Amino acid sequence: MQKIMVCIKRVVDYNVRIRVKPDGSGVILDGVKMSVNPFDEIALEEALRIKERGANIEVVAVSIGVADTQQQLRTALAMGADRAVLVQTDAAVEPLTAAKVFLALAKKENPDLIFLGKQAIDDDANQTGQMLAAIWDRPQATYASKVEIAADKASITREVDAGLETIEVDLPAVVTVDLRLNEPRYVKLPDIMKAKKKPLEVTALEALGVSAAAQLRSVKTEPPAQRQKGVMVKDVAELVEALKKKGLI
Amino acid sequence: MHKILIVGEHDGKALNPATAKCVTCAKGIPDAEITIAVLGADTAGPAAQAAALAGVKSVLRVDRPENLHPLAAVFAPQLAALAADYSHVFGPSTSFGKDLMPRLAALLDVGQVSDLMAIDGAYRFRRPIYAGNAIVTVEADPSRKLIATVRVASFQAAPAGGSAAVESKTLNVSLPTHTRYVGAKTGSTDRPDLQTAARVISGGRALGSAENFKMLFGLADKLGAAVGASRAAVDAGYAPNEMQVGQTGKIISPEMYIAIGISGAIQHLTGIKDARTIVAINKDGEAPIFEVADVGLVADLFQAVPELTKLIGGG
Ligand SMILES: Cc1cc2nc3c(=O)[nH]c(=O)nc-3n(C[C@H](O)[C@H](O)[C@H](O)COP(=O)(O)OP(=O)(O)OC[C@H]3O[C@@H](n4cnc5c(N)ncnc54)[C@H](O)[C@@H]3O)c2cc1C
Ligand SMILES: Nc1ncnc2c1ncn2[C@@H]1O[C@H](COP(=O)(O)O)[C@@H](O)[C@H]1O
Repeated sequence: MQKIMVCIKRVVDYNVRIRVKPDGSGVILDGVKMSVNPFDEIALEEALRIKERGANIEVVAVSIGVADTQQQLRTALAMGADRAVLVQTDAAVEPLTAAKVFLALAKKENPDLIFLGKQAIDDDANQTGQMLAAIWDRPQATYASKVEIAADKASITREVDAGLETIEVDLPAVVTVDLRLNEPRYVKLPDIMKAKKKPLEVTALEALGVSAAAQLRSVKTEPPAQRQKGVMVKDVAELVEALKKKGLI
Repeated sequence: MHKILIVGEHDGKALNPATAKCVTCAKGIPDAEITIAVLGADTAGPAAQAAALAGVKSVLRVDRPENLHPLAAVFAPQLAALAADYSHVFGPSTSFGKDLMPRLAALLDVGQVSDLMAIDGAYRFRRPIYAGNAIVTVEADPSRKLIATVRVASFQAAPAGGSAAVESKTLNVSLPTHTRYVGAKTGSTDRPDLQTAARVISGGRALGSAENFKMLFGLADKLGAAVGASRAAVDAGYAPNEMQVGQTGKIISPEMYIAIGISGAIQHLTGIKDARTIVAINKDGEAPIFEVADVGLVADLFQAVPELTKLIGGG
């Protein structure tokens, strides 16, 4: 194992209450706090733990996004990534496009493992890792809650609807991570200072020979249907009455 | 006419109810002709069940030993071969479908629409983004194949009453060996299934321990309900991961959902938006769960739950 690539997406912070623009053209992003996608922090943490167990593994954080995505990559460097690559574009990048960009980077970097989040909490697509594995023609292990590396293989426990499933994959492989894989470390101030000196390379998306053209067109964005506010009952007996009245018990 | 291929989900014996929900979704496409593909080592049972769904034209069986476990890397190239004859390919947005469908889409060099919740046309759909806090209408290019996952909580299961033709297919596709199934640890199955149960009771961090969490099972048994949990309860080890409800757990649409000691974080609410009636018991009257609850009770769960268990079903 020599190199691990980790995909880090810049997204609206998960604590932000999303509001839809009145004209339906999208959600309000002006002045909204942006962060590393929570799943991607977990992905990076796992890569760092593997690095800390083994010897001489390079962890490369990569992202596709606007110029300001450098902030999230600096966070990744502060957490412990060795270097970062930003594939810069102002276009909204679809998962298939992201997968093609990551494939181009994988061909250049030759990582043994690529970690991604299981989903980005903005588009909630849950696609990119699987697509990358397909076009890279390598194994995919999605929704990982445990990762064990043994030479040229990895044993991955996956969170599936029925419980937990374990698969074994040959390396190189793509792993997408679930929430319970680990708890990401906090970044300390000295690490932020150190991160400023770490290499962060910026390239244009077009320079990788990938087109950002979208296949899907967003027609409009709306707020979800609101639920009616219900009734408050004062004790358990009233609760049982209320449920009986609704024909639920 | 639109020829739609649905990727059937099954456990080797029975068809998963998610497949019947995909059928209902597919019927929303104008002039739909629906085929279900079932891949497995021996799919006789699931194929027969798929053929019995009303509105299904045909069922394709692809039986081979490599298909014993649903590995995306093994299934995707076979489905890519089958997909040639279809304009749309749908799979359920279960862990099976979410894992598999994007791999298939990428092999076909097309994008995927995730979590279809409503069909507005053959190439126009609505889907949730930002944990369901916004709904986007998307239009896909009709000159390409349309690959999608279906948000199963948004659709009723198609009823039985069909009698589709079942055809066994032999595909000349070479399969990778780089991915191998090792084993699974699944929960006990003597309780109603969380994803299809009409009633669900979920517990949160407030339960405090795995031991306390068990008190919910008594209530659930009385109601014939499935049991779910918040992420906090799962993370703390009170309940196994397959019980998690929410953005990163299961998205469910029961008749009645009872949230006990759950604050109502947006990521949790994402999973229960489609519940017909939401009941909440929380000791904090300001908890956000009360903003969506149809019936709310401010109470200490350690008193309310035993009392409720006693009062329901006559003691
Ligand atoms: C990317 C991401 C994805 C996530 N996905 C999910 C998901 O899929 N599902 C999910 O659930 N969460 C998810 N979360 C976590 C979510 O944000 C919340 O942290 C979580 O739902 C909180 O669980 P809880 O309500 O049990 O705990 P808390 O928020 O701690 O709430 C406990 C509640 O219990 C009440 N309480 C305490 N004692 C009592 C008592 N004795 N009687 C009655 N009430 C009492 C309190 O008033 C409080 O409201 C996700 C978070 C992130 C960042
Ligand atoms: N623009 C991007 N930049 C970096 N990583 C990305 C990007 N888009 C997707 N990813 C990665 O792919 C994962 C899944 O994203 P998605 O398929 O969009 O839900 C994310 O958690 C990231 O790890």
